[in-house]
Amino acid sequence: MEIFLQQIINGLVQGSVYALVALGYTMVYGILGLINFAHGEVVMVGAMLALSALTAMIGWGLSPLLALPLSLILAMAGCMLLGYGIERIAYRPLRHAPRLAPLITAIGVSIVLQNLAMMIWGREYHAFPQLIANQSHHIAGAIINDIQIIIIIMALVIMLALMAVVHRTRLGRAMRAVAENQHAAQLMGVDVNRVISVTFMLGSALAAIAGLMVSVNYGLAHYYMGFLLGLKAFTAAVLGGIGNLRGAMLGGLLLGLIESLGAGYIGDLTGGFMGSQYQDVFAFFVLIAVLVFRPSGLLGERLAERA
Amino acid sequence: MRLPTLFCLTALALVACGKSATDQVAASGEMVVRIGAVAPLTGPQAHLGKDNENGTRMAIDDANAKGVTLGGRRVHFELISEDDQADPKTATIVAQKLMDNKVAGVIGHLNSGTTIPAAKIYSDNGIPQISPSATAVSYTHQGFKGAFRVMANDEQQGHVLGAYSVKNLGAKRIAIIDDRTAYGQGLADEFIKAARAAGAEIVAHEYTSDKAVDFTAVLTAVKGKQPDLLFYGGMDAQGGPMARQIKALALNVKLVMGDGAHTPEFVKLAGDAAEGAYASLPGVPLDKMPGGKAFSDRFVAKYQPIQSYAPYCYDAVNVMIAAMQKADSAEPAKYLPALAGISHQGVTANIQFDAMGDLKGGFVTMYQVHQGKWQALETLGAAQ
Repeated sequence: MEIFLQQIINGLVQGSVYALVALGYTMVYGILGLINFAHGEVVMVGAMLALSALTAMIGWGLSPLLALPLSLILAMAGCMLLGYGIERIAYRPLRHAPRLAPLITAIGVSIVLQNLAMMIWGREYHAFPQLIANQSHHIAGAIINDIQIIIIIMALVIMLALMAVVHRTRLGRAMRAVAENQHAAQLMGVDVNRVISVTFMLGSALAAIAGLMVSVNYGLAHYYMGFLLGLKAFTAAVLGGIGNLRGAMLGGLLLGLIESLGAGYIGDLTGGFMGSQYQDVFAFFVLIAVLVFRPSGLLGERLAERA
Repeated sequence: MRLPTLFCLTALALVACGKSATDQVAASGEMVVRIGAVAPLTGPQAHLGKDNENGTRMAIDDANAKGVTLGGRRVHFELISEDDQADPKTATIVAQKLMDNKVAGVIGHLNSGTTIPAAKIYSDNGIPQISPSATAVSYTHQGFKGAFRVMANDEQQGHVLGAYSVKNLGAKRIAIIDDRTAYGQGLADEFIKAARAAGAEIVAHEYTSDKAVDFTAVLTAVKGKQPDLLFYGGMDAQGGPMARQIKALALNVKLVMGDGAHTPEFVKLAGDAAEGAYASLPGVPLDKMPGGKAFSDRFVAKYQPIQSYAPYCYDAVNVMIAAMQKADSAEPAKYLPALAGISHQGVTANIQFDAMGDLKGGFVTMYQVHQGKWQALETLGAAQ
């Protein structure tokens, strides 16, 4: 039982990380119908920026409790700038080009970012300093620590905040209008370029938060860390219904749970015939099964012009 | 837009062609001998790959500074370094690229999974290959005459690890995790054989990948089986975070790993969870070897602290050059027999190859992290 509970906790933590990153994918897709494959790399840049800022501030003798939020703000600012730049350089000129073009520039941006990060921060792994005492809590034999609790809560809070922005604010209304019909929105006086830029900046700020969370949780940052994370988060977004904020959260949590329960129990269930090497197979099998019956994902709505 | 791009590409192609056509004979009438080196220079193992490249480069710079003559002509060695991203598919592509570049020999690859498929391409072209670090048994057992390695293989290493875990560390219930690469899986399989032979029980065998960072699910599954020792077959980039997660999950096991995790990077990533972890590294500790200390001082001054395999790369190049000198030729067909029969005192071992191309009488040393540093515990002879 405690093993089962522990697997649920593992899945929730991992799933929350996926969800945080998936929110960034889904937001951009919801508004532009574009899959921003560079998003995973923005997460990496966020982690690296936060790490550099943190190391510098600790070096100046700032207290960790002050340095941590400050470096997060710096990383968010840096990533927002980066997100703005990516959209301006790689996507805006191609907004009316065929679908494939921005997809290719997205992959290009991701390679460029990865290599730039390799040049700036080097090939080695950076250990993330353990600044706050990370207390472990025992719940019925299972263990969860402070950082993991923060990750789960953060993912939820951010999703709710994003939904509030999208549904309750002027900006959100503009975003939904642009998502519905860019041309009509423009005719109604919505500054489409501005809305899209802001969307990218919001998504990138989230990426910075996700990057910091991942780095603190695993204790490392590396120029390559965005790749696999981005891929998994994208899967989560598709699973939940890409373009839907609640879907990203649901997809992330679900993918995390499927992975941890899959890895934990396949071996025992199949009598050792299949083991944890099938955990990714398992996760993608669920994805395929969902997409066969619900092509737009669990919570996705089918949009005729984007099918 | 199109025309300038085309023009640039053509110009680039011309530059590239011009380069390969002219440096056959360098300005001073020296003969240029190209040596290929392959390792993952990007991706999760880039730090190890760069370390390999530096080791290779240092040996080549040394040889050029010293001056080598073959067949009466002075030789200038040129390093052609390629990136295989630790990916078997990419490995065969860069192997072909090296063949097109007419290298005289290849130092590489770093991983077993990349070395094994690439070996066929080198063998088909008759090019000798020395891997500094591919330890999977099958690499040298594919029947290729030109495939060598300067490190004990996984059979030797896995045997020492398995026997040491049971006899010296007193393990009775052992859990295994491997990363499903040719290296991790191969080493784990040999470890299991030796541990079983020594009387321990394997209570769990779980898997991960060489790109993963989260192991909580498999570690929790392992925890349910109550092992007293966990063996991880894989690299440092996974071993480090794994050690942390073992601690976070209060999994009470001794952590034992192979050469892939015997790096400063592991200690850095695992933080205080690294303390007490065990790992093996084929060969005798560098500071116990003649010239080992001098090598590492020079290397650190020139590049950065040694990750793991740089000294093996340095030896691999020197063995290859020694064979060329013995045959008085850099023609692969001529120096290959000399390489097979060589005896060369390197910084990691006295290098001689057996009929398979494996290192003769390879030693394996066990290390443990003590106060944030890998400390040698004991060197064991590898039983064949």
